[in-house]
Amino acid sequence: MIAKILTRGHQRRVLPGFGLSLGVSLTFVSLVLLLPLTSLVGQLSTLSLSQYVFLITDPRVMASYGVTLLAAAVAALFNAVFGLLMAWVLVRYEFPGKRLVDALMDLPFALPTAVAGVTLATLYSSSGWMGGLLAPLGIDIAYTWVGIALAMAFTSIPFVVRTVQPVLEDLPAEVDEAAVTLGAADGHAFRRVLLPYLWPALVTGTGLAFVRSLGEFGAVIFIAGGKPYETEITSLMIFVKLQEYDYAGASAVASIVLATSLMLLLIINLWQGRFIKRLHGGRP
Amino acid sequence: MVRIGDAPGVRRTLIVAALVLSALFLLLPLVAIFAQALMSGLDVYWQNLSDQYTLAAIGLTLLVTLLTVPVNLVFGVFLAWLVTRFTFPGRRLLQTLIDIPFAVSPVVAGLVYLLLYGRNGWLGGWLDAHDIQIMFAWPGIVLVTIFVTCPFVARELIPLMQAQGAREEEAAVTLGASGWTIFRRVTLPKIRHALLYGVILTNARAVGEFGAVSVVAGAIRGQTNTLPLQVEQLYQDYNTVGAFTSASLLAMLALLTLAAKAALEWRAARRETAT
Repeated sequence: MIAKILTRGHQRRVLPGFGLSLGVSLTFVSLVLLLPLTSLVGQLSTLSLSQYVFLITDPRVMASYGVTLLAAAVAALFNAVFGLLMAWVLVRYEFPGKRLVDALMDLPFALPTAVAGVTLATLYSSSGWMGGLLAPLGIDIAYTWVGIALAMAFTSIPFVVRTVQPVLEDLPAEVDEAAVTLGAADGHAFRRVLLPYLWPALVTGTGLAFVRSLGEFGAVIFIAGGKPYETEITSLMIFVKLQEYDYAGASAVASIVLATSLMLLLIINLWQGRFIKRLHGGRP
Repeated sequence: MVRIGDAPGVRRTLIVAALVLSALFLLLPLVAIFAQALMSGLDVYWQNLSDQYTLAAIGLTLLVTLLTVPVNLVFGVFLAWLVTRFTFPGRRLLQTLIDIPFAVSPVVAGLVYLLLYGRNGWLGGWLDAHDIQIMFAWPGIVLVTIFVTCPFVARELIPLMQAQGAREEEAAVTLGASGWTIFRRVTLPKIRHALLYGVILTNARAVGEFGAVSVVAGAIRGQTNTLPLQVEQLYQDYNTVGAFTSASLLAMLALLTLAAKAALEWRAARRETAT
């Protein structure tokens, strides 16, 4: 089949390099992406269905799904609000230091997750700058699910900001002008006029933040503490099983994580496709 | 022109809220890294930096990055050329496949490589027989880092090259230019900034990757510790100042990454207003 594609390519294509770039790309994708992923399938195929179900429904693993989903959902919701606020302020207003704040938004992507992890754990431990302030109020963040959500929120901050920002920038000025001249109050005008424009980007960004949070490891494990049934995230469960040389168990749980994130990513892509026009600010 | 949210009260409240929250969630952790690293003074900081295990971790991190970035640069350019300059069956599928590393938890990435190259893995027996060690050694770290960072360059190039179209390259073909000349003289000048940005992102992630690397590294001190693993190890050993000393190096690199990104965007914006 490849030969057929190649010859067809030579007949029709003007630009050179089709065969070479196809060869390099396919070799790379096969060796780096597909071969390792098939080894997961291979490992899973040694398990019977009942063994597989037993491994993925182990009570400690089940508890980790709950913690991970709860913390990731809270982190994504926080980022929906915070990201919308930041995108709005950065696009609509001028203030000193705006360029610096804008650059700072990308820090969570640039900073290695392990560094974020130890820093947040230190800041929010009972002797840390933040933890020390909150402890007298009876608020514990480190070693609870709140800390996990905090770390997940930190690493996924850029997603909502950077998906909403371009849509706001491209929004035709007439849209909110019309709403204001018609005498609508700010809150009402925002909800009824602007939010429908921003909604697709907001949902896409929040969805991406959620997927990222589900898989986050380095930033979370230090602040989580890893108490079984309480603060163990699913990525950590896989890691623990690997340290115990339980490759079958690790692979079974990993297959759940992998399937969930691929499915969510597919849904986000389809959703994004539906609104592709609006994501470009109403322009095609 | 009147716009939503232009009332001074609303404006002030939102700006203050945004600044306070960014300071709390982003600036404070950044400051804390350097404050913790320098807690016991500059002398201790230098002493920690020149520790032989830290130096070994820096060396290994550099090696991994130097091997990873060129591989993904070449792959990214070929893939972007392929999917933006030609149409062929399976083009969309290929574009979806390279997004997998973004969707996969880094621990799962490490696991699949362990299953393939580990002692009980598919290739493990053969590698063992030929005395080639990949897992729990630097080649394994390089391999998972390539996996984790492979989408960055392609993802920066594809939308740009798609938007630019192939007309100029086609003109060069009719003038008789060879493939390499076309790429170097026609395409490269147009994609230079996106390419550089892709390399910066690849580099940042390659240096900082933790989850996938910690699965395949096995953490033999001084031998397979990258800088992020060194941060973890020192932190677990309750050597907070030491951990944050290594962390401060990574944070400085992160700041350089942000500065480089801002500079590239600023130049692009200036060129846009100039034309």
